[in-house]
Amino acid sequence: MASRQFATFEVDGQLFGVEVNTVQEVLSYNEYTPVPLAPPAVGGLFNLRGQVIAAVDLRVQLGLARQALQGPVMNVILRGDGEPVSLLVDKIGEVVDLDDETFEPPPDTLSGPTRELVVGTFKLDGRLMLALDVNQAVDTYRATN
Amino acid sequence: MEDLGEIVGEFLMESHENLDQIDRDLVSLEQEPGSRDLISRIFRAIHTIKGTSGFLAFSRLEKLAHAGESLLSRLRDGVQPVTPETITVLLLCIDGVRSILASIEENGSEAEVDIESMIVRIKAQMDAPTDAAAAAPAAAEAAPAAGAEAPASVEQEAPAARPAPEPVSDQRQPLGQMLVDAGAAQPSDVASALQQQIEGDERKLGTILLEEGKAAPTAVNEALQSQAPKRSIADSAIRVDVDLLDTLMNMVGELVLARNQLVRGVMEIGDSGLVRSAQRLGMITSELQEGIMKTRMQPIEHIWSKLPRVVRDLSNSLGKQVALVMEGKETELDRSLLEAVKDPLTHLVRNAVDHGIEEPERRIASGKDPEGTLTLRAYHEGGHVAVEVADNGAGLNVERIAQKAVENGLLRPEQIPNMDKRDIMAMVFQPGFSTAAKVTNVSGRGVGMDVVKTNIENIGGAVSVDSTPGEGTVWRLTIPLTLAIIQALTVDCADQRYVVPQVAVLELVFIDGNTTKVEYASGAPVYRLRGKLLPLVRLDRALGLEVGGDQGVYIMVLQADGRRFGLVVDRVLNTEEVVVKALNTRFKDIGLYAGATILGDGKVGLILDVSSLARRSHLAVDSERETVADKRGQQGGGTERLLVTAVGERRVAIPLDTVTRLEEFPRDRIEHAGSREVVQYRGQILPLVRLSHLLGAYGEELEGDTVSVVVYSEGGKSVALVVDRIVDIAENSTTARRDAEEDGLVGTAVIQQRVTELLDVRRAILAADPNFYSDSMDDMLVEA
Repeated sequence: MASRQFATFEVDGQLFGVEVNTVQEVLSYNEYTPVPLAPPAVGGLFNLRGQVIAAVDLRVQLGLARQALQGPVMNVILRGDGEPVSLLVDKIGEVVDLDDETFEPPPDTLSGPTRELVVGTFKLDGRLMLALDVNQAVDTYRATN
Repeated sequence: MEDLGEIVGEFLMESHENLDQIDRDLVSLEQEPGSRDLISRIFRAIHTIKGTSGFLAFSRLEKLAHAGESLLSRLRDGVQPVTPETITVLLLCIDGVRSILASIEENGSEAEVDIESMIVRIKAQMDAPTDAAAAAPAAAEAAPAAGAEAPASVEQEAPAARPAPEPVSDQRQPLGQMLVDAGAAQPSDVASALQQQIEGDERKLGTILLEEGKAAPTAVNEALQSQAPKRSIADSAIRVDVDLLDTLMNMVGELVLARNQLVRGVMEIGDSGLVRSAQRLGMITSELQEGIMKTRMQPIEHIWSKLPRVVRDLSNSLGKQVALVMEGKETELDRSLLEAVKDPLTHLVRNAVDHGIEEPERRIASGKDPEGTLTLRAYHEGGHVAVEVADNGAGLNVERIAQKAVENGLLRPEQIPNMDKRDIMAMVFQPGFSTAAKVTNVSGRGVGMDVVKTNIENIGGAVSVDSTPGEGTVWRLTIPLTLAIIQALTVDCADQRYVVPQVAVLELVFIDGNTTKVEYASGAPVYRLRGKLLPLVRLDRALGLEVGGDQGVYIMVLQADGRRFGLVVDRVLNTEEVVVKALNTRFKDIGLYAGATILGDGKVGLILDVSSLARRSHLAVDSERETVADKRGQQGGGTERLLVTAVGERRVAIPLDTVTRLEEFPRDRIEHAGSREVVQYRGQILPLVRLSHLLGAYGEELEGDTVSVVVYSEGGKSVALVVDRIVDIAENSTTARRDAEEDGLVGTAVIQQRVTELLDVRRAILAADPNFYSDSMDDMLVEA
């Protein structure tokens, strides 16, 4: 039985996951440089060991209010396509091994911005994890268009 | 290439460099056929290739190199003279060698290249009847040079340890041998001098020969000198992998950042011992950075070196005579920039030979030297490197460019008479624009002037053209020195820190609200800078942030795209060297940022793109305006160019850079909408405002079928100002100028000995369309 590893995190009480191999690292950071005139989903820029990383506010992508960005915020840094990009999340969860048989397509009742970001649902013990489409999740022009 | 093994790889790389050098030398040899130095240098280089290819068992390559070498040895020995034909055949031979090398590089084999026909041509050249008498004197002179080593460039001699065996002639020769070869000493004398040394004479060989009168002092000196340079260059240069340099460059960039952070931290602590160490670290870092930067700098000669050959081949095939002059070839540029400039420059040179310089007959007919001159000039100019390609040919045909622009729909015929010559010339940078009456194999290379422009602009440079009919054309590239590290000013605006490249900053002004203050001209903020009005851009407004007050702020006087404006910021902090980091692609569309950098406190700072800030802030709007702006920029100097129009008896000047187009409309096309006059124009309704009405210059309405208008466009909207006549375009002399009390004018000035009124463009536009600015501002923000 094929199984995949997911890095999980929480936004607004909901558990999300991305495949582990798309994640570069996870860290907490507290100084973000805002980018005026950038799409609203851009939380800001920060310095990751000399590299300038754009942080995408997953809350905005999911249609929620933006992160306050005061004090430390957790970043899930994705390898991205050539340049790393970070997702701002509320809380980091565990890395979980999931069998493909626990997978189901997103429920029909799921709608709104979240529906476009989610590729499917994994049934964990006691809760559901939504698997994110990494490319959609970091596409900051998606929500504004 | 890795499966070929290191030796072959190195051989290929080295041979390519040698071939480039041979190309250059052959072309120079054609200019000075008597130069034995050149002949022997070429000979040695070919000999090296031959020797190594024999060792590596590339027999066809060896055969071809051998044939070339044989012909060269006849030149060297003076058996036959250097003629243009010989040079052509030798260049052909070099091309053959090149294609074999390319084939080796590609598939590891040399089998597919046809060398027989080339060898036949070389043989034919060798058998050609020669003037033995003329050649004879050269023979004696040429002989000694065989041992002389006069490497021309570092890159040719760079490999310090070559695995391939060196041909004898490439190695340093003993002095005695050289003197004997040169005929300056008898073998027996040298032998006896050597014998003396063996027997304990501690004098040097040259000294013995000199003191015993067995050799002439000049000959010994010459031989010693030719020994010397080989050693110094071969020992002092090594080949370094470019990737390694780039890595070092990045690391130094990081070091600069870390240094900035450390220095800031230490200053806060204030410990004098630490401050000293930090200062020392700062100095070392700066020096290190400079050193690393230097390793990436290469003289522009590097990309020029291929051009003599290009010019020669091209002018020969076109039947033209062109002398290539290079000035400032030692000017250095960052190698990544050099790479980017190479193709555009080659294109400009080919273009100049193809279209710029005329055929000899035409040149004679117009009283010029039949030989045209193409001058390449490179020099530093205020933080930039300027590279010019100048020919003394016929110059650009402005009428033909205008005609072509009309045919391509870039301009309309009625615009042409009112356009500036340079504006018309700049049309050649438009995509798909070629005025070549006949398409030659030269012009059809897929690199048009538009690509030249795009390539140069991609690296933050600019390109311009100027031409005088009958006297020639100058193409000018302005290239930044380096992309990686810039001097910048850090500023605060709305509690955030931004970075402004210092190259754009002219001066700083502090606004205290009393002696210096921001004024408003119908809502537009301006500042009187030494009596001249400077348009202001509020950074907070431009960035869509909360707009602050006008007191206790700073104005940075910036120059971009040839226009000057003031940027209002809250605070100017300090100058800093910052490492430019490419900004994530998702922010490119915003356009206001040139990049990002890590500031001294470790935070990310955004680097503002000054020219797009100028454009964004209504100083320049659509692309046509941009080209006007570019052309203004090329004129250098801060003089303002004005469009002088006649309105009734009065002369009214409009700053040229606020003008989008000049038009003539048939009088019967003017329609009425409400109380306004409008005209249909490019699918839009264009509101008209008669300057004569606006300025209260009622008079005789000019009779005529058409009206002249000045079109001003911004944010997709346009208005037209009706004038009686376009008079001229003038440079503004800022002398005799006084502020006007009259409505609709910003002042008067004396232009071309006549009192001319300067139009308040903004007011005029609002008179035509009261909503002009309010809507377009919203548009801008939505767009953003």
